Amino acid sequence: MSKIAFVQKNKIPPSPAPISEVGVIGWLKQNLFSSWFNTLLTLLSIYFIFIILKDFIPWAWGGHWDTKSLRECLDLNPDVACFSVLTARWKQLLFGLYPAEEYWRPTVTFILLIFSIIPILFPKYFRFFWFSIIYPGLAIWLLWGGSIWSVGIVYIGFFLGVLLFILLLRNITKNMVITGISSILFVILFFIFFSNYLVKNLDIIIPISLPPVESLKMGGFTLSLIVGITGIVASFPIGILLALGRQSNLPIIKMICVGFIEFIRGVPLITLLFVASVLLNYFLPPGTNFDIVLRVIIMVTLFSAAYMAEVIRGGLAGLPLGQHEASSSLGLTYWQSQRLVIMPQALKISIPGIVNTFIGLFKDTTLVSIISLRDPVGLASTIRADQTWNGIYWELYVAIGLMFFVVCFGMSQYSQYLERKLKTDK
Amino acid sequence: MKASAPPKSESFKLSMLLSDTRYRGTSLQVITFIIFVAVFFWLVDNTIKNLALLGKDVSFNFLFLRAGYDINQRLIPYTSDSTHGRAAFVGILNTLLVALVGCLFATILGLFVGILRLSKNWLVAKLMSIYIEGFRNVPVLLWIVMIFALLTEFTPAPKAFKGADPQATMLLFDSIAITNRGTYFPAPIFGEGSFWLLLSFILSVIIVIFIRKNANKQKKETGKSFPTFWISVLIIILPTLGFYFLLGKPISLEYPYLKGFNFKDGIHLRNSFLALTLALALYTSAFIAEIVRAGILAISKGQSEAAASLGLRPNKIMNLIILPQALRIIVPPLISNYLNLTKNSSLAIAVGYMDVRGTLGGITLNQTGRELESMLLLMGFYLCVSLLISSVINYYNRSFQIVVR
Repeated sequence: MSKIAFVQKNKIPPSPAPISEVGVIGWLKQNLFSSWFNTLLTLLSIYFIFIILKDFIPWAWGGHWDTKSLRECLDLNPDVACFSVLTARWKQLLFGLYPAEEYWRPTVTFILLIFSIIPILFPKYFRFFWFSIIYPGLAIWLLWGGSIWSVGIVYIGFFLGVLLFILLLRNITKNMVITGISSILFVILFFIFFSNYLVKNLDIIIPISLPPVESLKMGGFTLSLIVGITGIVASFPIGILLALGRQSNLPIIKMICVGFIEFIRGVPLITLLFVASVLLNYFLPPGTNFDIVLRVIIMVTLFSAAYMAEVIRGGLAGLPLGQHEASSSLGLTYWQSQRLVIMPQALKISIPGIVNTFIGLFKDTTLVSIISLRDPVGLASTIRADQTWNGIYWELYVAIGLMFFVVCFGMSQYSQYLERKLKTDK
Repeated sequence: MKASAPPKSESFKLSMLLSDTRYRGTSLQVITFIIFVAVFFWLVDNTIKNLALLGKDVSFNFLFLRAGYDINQRLIPYTSDSTHGRAAFVGILNTLLVALVGCLFATILGLFVGILRLSKNWLVAKLMSIYIEGFRNVPVLLWIVMIFALLTEFTPAPKAFKGADPQATMLLFDSIAITNRGTYFPAPIFGEGSFWLLLSFILSVIIVIFIRKNANKQKKETGKSFPTFWISVLIIILPTLGFYFLLGKPISLEYPYLKGFNFKDGIHLRNSFLALTLALALYTSAFIAEIVRAGILAISKGQSEAAASLGLRPNKIMNLIILPQALRIIVPPLISNYLNLTKNSSLAIAVGYMDVRGTLGGITLNQTGRELESMLLLMGFYLCVSLLISSVINYYNRSFQIVVR
């Protein structure tokens, strides 16, 4: 024991890391200046940011907000932005040609929209789902106006149909096919024979109506949202059905689905929109003429349904075959196994693709400007054609771009949140 | 123990068509088929009635009639006296031109951005994310009109280049002029003997390919690698340069120059073409960047660690281990993005570029009033392109996918 000359009895406290390796300096060194090449990249990026901000910040910061025309802006200071065009025309960019005294209607519709998607986005609030079901009808009534009963009757019809279905199933027969068919028949008969009569009478008893607004008056961001959201909601179930049809082992159904998907995916959306605006009248019985916005919505829906089908098919293909086999060996029927086993997993895998399709659809709503509907991009050219604002570009485009960016970026962020939340492995 | 008697075969009932799985598939298909055929005939019947009401017939003869309109950008000779069919063909070529150039730029840019986004440099990675998110989340139509506005409004008019002290100057030793009427590039002029020059160039490329193949073969047999890079560079450059001077500089550049109020000579790229191509390339490059990033990230870290522990150097790891596997993931979505770019090129109408939608589906349609036929042909063209591209994807998938069993 005595041979040991020195024993350290107490612990030496750890000395702090060198100042160049921790804190701000350490972070800078690790992330920005770790090698000569990295340093070069950093300097280049800083220079790049500098030349962009050098022009952009004074331009945007000193912008005029309250001049009467572009001329006035240029007289004051030609080097800064002229946001007055937004001050003067923001209502048009948001609502299009919607009658000014009725602006509260689209506004209320969008506020309610937020409430109606919360139960879908966040399962915590799922008990408010009834509002999401009521909302579409409410939105249609608010936006297009007219009597509330012409929309309400659809709900009444389906409600009665569901009621009949449940009653039959409880009291008369357990056969799903017979009850289903008879309820559907009842709903159809209801709409053909009773609905008109009922609407007229209800109108007399409880008259609630808004002044009607025709579709061509709608425009701006309202139009984008109408087309985009209706398309998103409608294309999702159609996409699932198409994907299942494409995977199915019934050759005729498979062929129809494949043909439809490949055709729609093969042509640009703009040709389909042209079909909607020019050719659709050829395909329908002579004399039919239905709403242009509705036609556009149908085309956009079909278009994104085909893309959706491919995305979901990718998810289905990503599932191991054992899942199908296991669920059928448990005795589940085709639809049960799809609903309980296959789809939840397949949809989870394909969330990024699905949301990408949604984002693509929302961006594609700008194409309606080419068939001369007044979405924001179309309105931008209308505003620029005006004498007062002739020659303005960036202020409008930046504002429109920002509106789309916020919505699309929000969607992609939500999809990442959803992916994290649904992650069951690891 | 008594063997149970085989179950008595039930007699066929009509309700079994829907409830029995043996028949349900068939009966469902028959019903679907009947509905499908009925809808189809309904549509055709309506079309025939409508056409009869309008006094029209279906005929493609208009393709052989005089078009009577001008197309400002054409790759093949075309005048207003040419036929509608030729106008459509000019449009098709214009579409393909935009698609080709756009895909090329989008790939290069996308590769670049995608790799830089994975950079360890925080600032660069963030910048690239901003680039990607910015382009992906704003409609491509908006990008097209924005870039078009940038090119037409913020560039000098040709007359600004005039005089002893001009307001604007040409770039790169007076060779490129960016004006609000388009951009002018020097054009190559193929003089006498350029054929031989090209021939020697092609020959040297063939020799290089041959050498590389041999080197690869040698490497596989002996394991020794044979440095080919500098040799191939020398083989390609030296003879070509030698011939270039020996033949008396057969290929020269024709520079654009200002004459009157406009530039003459050189290659003139119109703003409509530039804006469309640039916007599509930038927009698609953001998608390609994400594909490239995903492809590289999908290769598990173990692969590069295993390669490193085998003693491979970093660039060999990239070339021999990571890239071949990443490419398998990258290529199919990459090609489908090319397809998207081609389809998006139909937005040319926003800037007045005469692509196939502008000629066949635009002016021809309006002039002849043959909406049905024009739209059919137009859709047929796009369908052909997309079927072609998807068959390329399928071929790629078949030949490069990992064979499991």
